[in-house]
Amino acid sequence: MRAKELRKEAKMNKLQIVLSGIIKNNPTFVLVLGMCPTLGTTTSAINGMGMGVATMAVLIMSNLVISLIKNFIPDKVRIPAFIVVIASFVTIIQMLMQAYLPSLYASLGVFIPLIVVNCIILGRAEAFASKNGALDSILDGVGIGIGFTLSLTAIGAVREVLGSGAIFGYSLGISDYMPLVFVLAPGAFLVLGYLMVLFNKLAKK
Amino acid sequence: MELSYFAIIIGAIFVNNVVLAQFLGICPFLGVSSKVNTSLGMGAAVTFVMALTSIVAWSIQTYILVPLHIEYMQTIVFILVIAALVQMVEIVLKKVSPALYQALGIFLPLITTNCAVLGVAILMIQKEFNLLQSFAYSVATAVGFGLALVIFAGIRERLELDDMPKAMQGIPIALITAAILAMAFMGFSGLV
Repeated sequence: MRAKELRKEAKMNKLQIVLSGIIKNNPTFVLVLGMCPTLGTTTSAINGMGMGVATMAVLIMSNLVISLIKNFIPDKVRIPAFIVVIASFVTIIQMLMQAYLPSLYASLGVFIPLIVVNCIILGRAEAFASKNGALDSILDGVGIGIGFTLSLTAIGAVREVLGSGAIFGYSLGISDYMPLVFVLAPGAFLVLGYLMVLFNKLAKK
Repeated sequence: MELSYFAIIIGAIFVNNVVLAQFLGICPFLGVSSKVNTSLGMGAAVTFVMALTSIVAWSIQTYILVPLHIEYMQTIVFILVIAALVQMVEIVLKKVSPALYQALGIFLPLITTNCAVLGVAILMIQKEFNLLQSFAYSVATAVGFGLALVIFAGIRERLELDDMPKAMQGIPIALITAAILAMAFMGFSGLV
């Protein structure tokens, strides 16, 4: 069953590869992967988007490299090898963000190095990049990356509006009436939970 | 950083609970927490690995990475250390204490990708703890993780019997429950 699905996945055309990551295989709402950054970094739309884009960059690069070197890696050590590839790109992204986006880097904090253990990335390496060519793997990274970025931005936007009465940093002038709890920890669980209900309701029709 | 051990421990267990306030280790929190017994097992396994990781990671950071000025290798080195450590713990436990291995065995491979372990290793370096403080912080964090997991499992065992809309079943209702639990834990803020 699983192998059949994978073969079907491999036969998809290029556009389908990208699109499936956004809706049908949406990493946040359907696969429920990478929950820690999803909850931890979405205090505002910008933070959510920044985390999504950083993860997408690592995902695309690691997918590319893993699809290129897949034939040289012995099967037994493939997981450690994947992790080293992923960790290298995370370190590069970490340094770039520290240099060029210091304020975003500071607000995302420990979640930047933790991209290494984001199960989305290792999951795509194992399920897609280690079985497909370079171009398809890049497209898969783009699709899943966009899906992840969109979900995180959406969650961040909802929390920002409800919690601090602003969107993308622009105040809506209603901040005095908004419950701060949506920006704090409970709000993350609550907003993600209800958005998931909404997604389930809409997607299963 | 001048923090008493009491402040570190209470802070890590209750005030900044690793799952409910810092969002680390959510995957096992949602995945393993459907039974109280498995939650206890997972909590114990994480405590064990985190305690070891804190000592090894702190030593590597202080005696290898800093003297050689390669602190930027932290992420890569730490994740490899954790992966190797988990493997080793598995092998040693199997040989030395088959009973404990029976109890913790299935949880060990899951721990490598538990971001709480790597997160704690990075955080304790960031907070500039010394070795003993790091150890206390890691163990307390792991206890906090276990506590959240066990409480949550208790709630979910009851939740399974309740009627609810189809779209809410499973993960969504778990998240909403976690939100209420997180709110309860917010009551601890200001304690330390």
